[in-house]
This record gives sequence, structure tokens and C-alpha cells, in this order.
Amino acid sequence: MTILVWIEQNDGQAVSNCWELLAKARALGQELDTEVAALLIGSDVEEAAQQAFAYGAGRVLAATDSSLARFRLQPFVEIAEQAVERTGAVAFLANASIRGGVLAATVACRQNAGIAASATDLWVEDGKLVAARVIYSGNIRARIQFESHLAVASVRPRSFPMPEASERTGTVETLDATLNEDDIRQKITDFRAAEAGEISLTDAHIIVSGGRGVAADPQKGFELVGELAQTLGAALGASRAAVDAGYIPYKHQVGQTGKTVKPDLYVACGISGAIQHLAGMGNSKIIVAVNKDPNAPIFERAKYGIVDDLFTTVPALTAEFSKRLK
Amino acid sequence: MNIAVLIKQTPDTAELPKISVEEARSGELRATMVLNPWDEFAVEEAIDLSDRFGCETTAVSMGRAGETDALKHALAMGVENALLVDEEVASGGDEWAAADALAAAVTRVGEEGDVELVLTGKMSVDGNSGVIYAGVACKLGWDLLVNVTRIVDIADGKLIAEQAFEGGQETVEVPMPVVISVAKEINEPRYPSFMGIRKASRAAIPVLGSADIHVAASSTARWTDLEKPEVEQVQVRIIEGDSVEEKAARLADVLMAEKVI
Repeated sequence: MTILVWIEQNDGQAVSNCWELLAKARALGQELDTEVAALLIGSDVEEAAQQAFAYGAGRVLAATDSSLARFRLQPFVEIAEQAVERTGAVAFLANASIRGGVLAATVACRQNAGIAASATDLWVEDGKLVAARVIYSGNIRARIQFESHLAVASVRPRSFPMPEASERTGTVETLDATLNEDDIRQKITDFRAAEAGEISLTDAHIIVSGGRGVAADPQKGFELVGELAQTLGAALGASRAAVDAGYIPYKHQVGQTGKTVKPDLYVACGISGAIQHLAGMGNSKIIVAVNKDPNAPIFERAKYGIVDDLFTTVPALTAEFSKRLK
Repeated sequence: MNIAVLIKQTPDTAELPKISVEEARSGELRATMVLNPWDEFAVEEAIDLSDRFGCETTAVSMGRAGETDALKHALAMGVENALLVDEEVASGGDEWAAADALAAAVTRVGEEGDVELVLTGKMSVDGNSGVIYAGVACKLGWDLLVNVTRIVDIADGKLIAEQAFEGGQETVEVPMPVVISVAKEINEPRYPSFMGIRKASRAAIPVLGSADIHVAASSTARWTDLEKPEVEQVQVRIIEGDSVEEKAARLADVLMAEKVI
């Protein structure tokens, strides 16, 4: 019996929120008296595989082949199923990224297993794994009870605390890539990595977002919001209104039709706080609102607020934090 | 090559916060029901592709008898055919039963004319799972591409698409048939035309029921203990000061004390 956790990686670099999940799996494994195994699939994963030991995996399985350099569903599912079988897994967990979500769903369907997609919590009840997830775009929470031998979940980033790495190392078990490049139907012909240094919204500890409040000078407004984000080492977010107005690309959108985020600190600059925006960031630990309008709904969810013009307040915040974070 | 576009009828997003636990449990929603917003992108793409490649388009939706507003919206946008799958066929089942029913419906549409592409949105605004299309691909035995931001070309039995993920963007080539979930970036869905709405309102929409398709029973997970997530009541503390610099300094003090910076 094993809890198997897929560790997503890009060019050998593990996606850090997978360690949150691995550490949680370890705690669940102690309660269930099962071992925890990490699964790595890629072309160069030795370093990430050793990290998996350091973050709490009892076993680490890795499939390494040049055909696995980039995520493709067909070979990745084939190897994940091999790992499920090899370890006698009772649970298969992945992070709820785009790839983690589709890998978990496909493994679950092929194994005729129950799935908790984009789960927000995992725990043990009567010796069985149980999950929580939200439906109706965050407006209803449900408990997921698995009725299958294998339980599958994709888990939202930042659902669990980031663990400390130990000094542990170990011997990685090898899984064979049984498909040749010729057997793999999908061919990736071009790849463009996201801009280096760009912090992803779903992983960010701090997010600074801009909204329609920048309308007087959108370019300048997002420049100022971006500078504050950079100073704080934060990801840059935006409201739907700002995206729809063309001030900033969609990939920055937070909310019901954008990304769901859960940072420690969310700074909303010139965002009124429409219910659709709150649905995407309402679970942030601390919300700070900067808005000219003291009646903006965002102040009903914010812990701290500044009622003032963002064009003067945001640069003042940037200057202040630059001094303090030197 | 023809296209099936899988759509769902879901509550108007503005009314989602009003949905009660009782409504969610029974499925008897008082909310205004519309075409799932994520599926609008799939419908638009189906219409675009039919213009580009001259293929026939069919919208397929699973729902209760008479739940045809979303299908009529798709017809009004310009999809040629619509098909309702009575949700009774997968009654009491899980996502995989639903996927099996939709896969059977796609196969049924394909008997009339060769379906090689299934399009769908990234998730429904009510179930929020984004797993049904993975199930449909699995049941059909077709390839799957997700979060597709552009369909570059379809030629020689292959489809070339761009797909985005957290770490970047890639171009991928896949042999048909294929299931594709589309991203918001792929297009700008059109509004139905007046003529389209009139035509759609008169359309007779065929229904597939349990006499027409067989769905394997599947019940791998149960959703229990539905509840409204508690919203933490916070009292905002407005940071005052004589100048923005003073306010900024005071806010910095409290955020440092909160240890979030």
C-alpha cells in the first residue's frame, strides 16, 4: 500500500508546490500506515528525485528517457499507471496544474477510480482518505468520499504549508519507458518558456494586482503596480475589468474566469472587489486594498486599507518597501 | 471531418453566490441557466473551424429533458445541429458515467458523418472539475489536448495546435481524431444574431435516452456534506496619515508585523 505523488518538473526543475503535496502525503501516510512514493517522469530528473527524498518520500520512482523531456499525456499516463501498479498505490496525487489535472483525470478514468479534482484539502477518516473541493465556483464546499480501491486527487497549489527539506538521500528505483518515440502520437514541434523570473500567480506568496482604478493612465498605472510587485518579489495580478479593457494580458487575471489564488498577502490596487474577483482571491491570508472609493466592496474583505489615489499611494509603498527590504 | 462540441447548461455566474446547499444537493436550481461561459469559446471555435475547413458542427449537451437553452444558444451562434443527451442515461453515476454517455453520443453523431474532432471548454462553472473531457477522450480512445490557445492547421489527418501551460507555450502536432479543451485566449465568442436566435427558437432538438445508448454504471466517488464555505468576517483597518508617505510607512509597519513580507 502506497500513496503515490507525481512531482511535476520542467527541464529537471521540480514545481515547488509538489513538495507541499508530498509533505502532506507523508503525514497522511503515517496516519494510514502506508508508505509514500514520489514519481518523476522526464529526461533529466536525478536532482529532483533526490530532492523528493529530502522532502519526505520513502521511495522514489523515476522514468528517464529523451522521449519524456516534455509532458505528453500518452507516455506520462503509461508510466504513471506502471507506477500505480508497481507500488500497489491506494492513492495517486498530483498538483492541480494544467498538466497535473489532466494526468490525474486520465489515470483515474483508466483505472476506474474516483477523483477529487482541484482538491483544497485531504484528510483521513476511519482509515480512509477523504478530500474536500469547492463547486459552483467556490460557493459550495463538498467532501469527496472515494468508493474505489484507488483514490485520485489533483490538489490546488498552496493548500498545505511548504515543508523544510531534510538531508535525506536515497536510491531511486527505475521505471522503464516502454513507448518509443515512434509510438508516441503527439509531437511537440515548438516550445517557448514563460519569461524568466516571472512568478506564477498560483505559486506566489505575495500578489499585487491592479484594476480599473488605473483607467486614468493604464500604462503608467500597471507600471507602478508592477514596480511594487517587483519590489515585494510578488506576482502581478489583475481584475477582469483591467484585462477586458486591454490594460494587461489575460494570464494575469485573478477571479472566477481567471486564476484562483491563495497568497499570504494580496494587495488590490484600484480594484473595486466584484464578487467574481473575490471568488478568486478571497482565501488570501491578508488582503490589503488601495482604493479612492471608501465604499468599494473590497474594503469589506480587506484587513488593511488605504483610501487614496493609487497613482500616488503605490509609488509611496514601493519607495517604503525598497528602504525596508534592502 | 466533422466536429462535435460538448457544452453544458450552467447557472449564470452572477447568480452562483446565491446558490444554496439545498439547491446544490437536489440539483433544483432557481438560478437563470445559460450556456457555460467556458463552452462559448468551444462553440465559437467550432464555427470558425467550419468556416475554415468546411466541416459540419454538432453541439452535444447532457441535461434534463427540455434543458435546451444552452443548445439553442449554440445554434443561434451558428452551430448547425444540436443533440441533447438525457442525463437519465447516467443517472446516479459519476464523472466517468457522464463521460461514457457523452462519448456514446459523439459516436452516434459520428455515424451520420465522420466526427474527428471534439471541442469543449476548460471546465463548467458549476462542477469546476475539468475532468469530463479527459474521460471522453479515454472512453473514445482518442488523443487529448488541453488549454489550447490556437488551432493552427488541420491537414493530412493531423491537427496542429498551440497549448499553454504554467511554464510556457508549445506547438503540438497530433493525428486525428482528437479531443480538445480550449482556453479563453483562443477567440472572442460572437453574440447570436437576431436571425440566429429566431432560427434556433424553432429548432427541434433530438434527444438520446437510455433506449438509444448504453452507459456502463460507474460510482467511484460520492460528494457529501455540502456546505457554504465560511467567509471570515474581517473588519478593515483603514490606515490614516497626513501624506501618502506616512500611510505607506504605517502600512509597511503592520505588514512587517504580520510577517507576510
